[in-house]
Amino acid sequence: MSAAPSPLTAGQQARQRWIGILAEIPLPELEAAAAALPQQPGYTFLRAPEIGSALIRARSGGTGSRFNLGEMTLTRCAVRLDSGLTGFSWVAGRDRRHAELAAVFDALMQDPALSDSLDRTLITPAEQRRDAARHSMAAKAAATRVDFFTLVRGENE
Amino acid sequence: MYVAVKGGEKAIDTAHQLLAEQRRGDTAVAELTLDQIKNQMTLAVDRVMTEGSLYDRDLAALAIKQARGDLMEAIFLLRAYRTTLPRLATTEPLETDALRIIRRISATFKDLPGGQVLGPTFDYTHRLLDFALAADGEAPVPVPADAAPLEPCPRVTALLNAEGLIEPDLAADDAEPGDITREPPLYPADRAVRLQTLARADEGWLLALGYSTQRGYAKSHPFAGEIRIGSVDVEIIPEELGFPVCIGSIEVAECEMINQFKGSKTTPPQFTRGYGLTFGHGERKAMSMALVDRALRARELGEDITAPAQDEEFVLSHGDTVESSGFTQHLKLPHYVDFQSELVAVRALRAEYDARRRARSGEQGEL
Repeated sequence: MSAAPSPLTAGQQARQRWIGILAEIPLPELEAAAAALPQQPGYTFLRAPEIGSALIRARSGGTGSRFNLGEMTLTRCAVRLDSGLTGFSWVAGRDRRHAELAAVFDALMQDPALSDSLDRTLITPAEQRRDAARHSMAAKAAATRVDFFTLVRGENE
Repeated sequence: MYVAVKGGEKAIDTAHQLLAEQRRGDTAVAELTLDQIKNQMTLAVDRVMTEGSLYDRDLAALAIKQARGDLMEAIFLLRAYRTTLPRLATTEPLETDALRIIRRISATFKDLPGGQVLGPTFDYTHRLLDFALAADGEAPVPVPADAAPLEPCPRVTALLNAEGLIEPDLAADDAEPGDITREPPLYPADRAVRLQTLARADEGWLLALGYSTQRGYAKSHPFAGEIRIGSVDVEIIPEELGFPVCIGSIEVAECEMINQFKGSKTTPPQFTRGYGLTFGHGERKAMSMALVDRALRARELGEDITAPAQDEEFVLSHGDTVESSGFTQHLKLPHYVDFQSELVAVRALRAEYDARRRARSGEQGEL
């Protein structure tokens, strides 16, 4: 699977972004966004939500050869909207409903009539909240930065 | 060898009822919730996930509750659950360079780019019991935020690399790393298989072996080059899309040990490396793993194998909690037939011994 990485198209980059955000959105926010849709989308499962695992790879020394660190739980889902658009999701954890809604929103985000407003009301605010939480944690970590002073030891030498 | 036995169902059921009652304890005390374990016993959760080899904080909290806080039992529960999961994906290698740092220290350089970030650490605490926690404590004082953001924290080993004084650790090949959950281990094992085995291994085992290398049972003279703790995105490349997507993020602890190496016929004197990586804030485990990883590289580096920590079959085949506690605890199972045959054998040997002794004392009596 490690073919030479070709640069992603703008469309792929946009989808990569929203899929990543949908995977980390707290479920209540997704439910609220689904309830707020002007029209409830009809859809069928191409793949019903399925709980499984992902094998986590890492590299020796962070940069060297790959090894298997362990696994994590992962739930995936695929839907087809009545409009014909298909959506996928891969969400860490074991929440089937989260995977289902993430797949539905992945499909809806591909609908030009909806994508802008969904981005404005769901994706971007979630991204901002996630980034704010990360900045807050980083700022606390930064407050524990320390300068150690090396003391001169002994008189002889 | 143990033998199958029948019966005892009623007693076993009742024993498990008693277990449930003892687990719950005094019902006048509020029952422990999984959220409490997940949020306030985070290092126990981290350890169970690491050695259970499955990152899922909810399941680890459940396992800890079910196991009455016995972490080895909890690890067993998580491992058993893991085997029921279909494997849906293999992730891209974690980009630990991009770790969102909460702690980062180096014992080798005082002033390093990005600085020393202590983070949430037990270091420098006085290890005095804090009786304020025993009382219904107040909420802790909020941590001030630093206006100056964290700077990028390049790897310490990269600094040494610039001088060429440490062995590089490059993505040498794209060979699929071995997976000990699918293929039985074969010795000698390559480094990928060793690292996977060490990542799942018992912390106490690795700590003791790592300690032994510091005390001279394998000369490795380690420095904690860098310890990093933080969260990192996990990405997969689904076939349906063909490009990487983030499925969530996990916390990891990473340790790079830097070790002296006086060189060999083919390699100039330089520093060598040992690597440790765990789920969560498993700093001590990551350090121990790095020490043992380095010790196990003896063969590859042409060092004499003189110490237990360098003996890979010994190290790797005795470090798994589920295996070692399983084989130790199987001694509780009925060994009645086995023991009966041993009993017969010992009785016979004893009879012979007594007969010989009587005969000998008879001879002496005659002298």
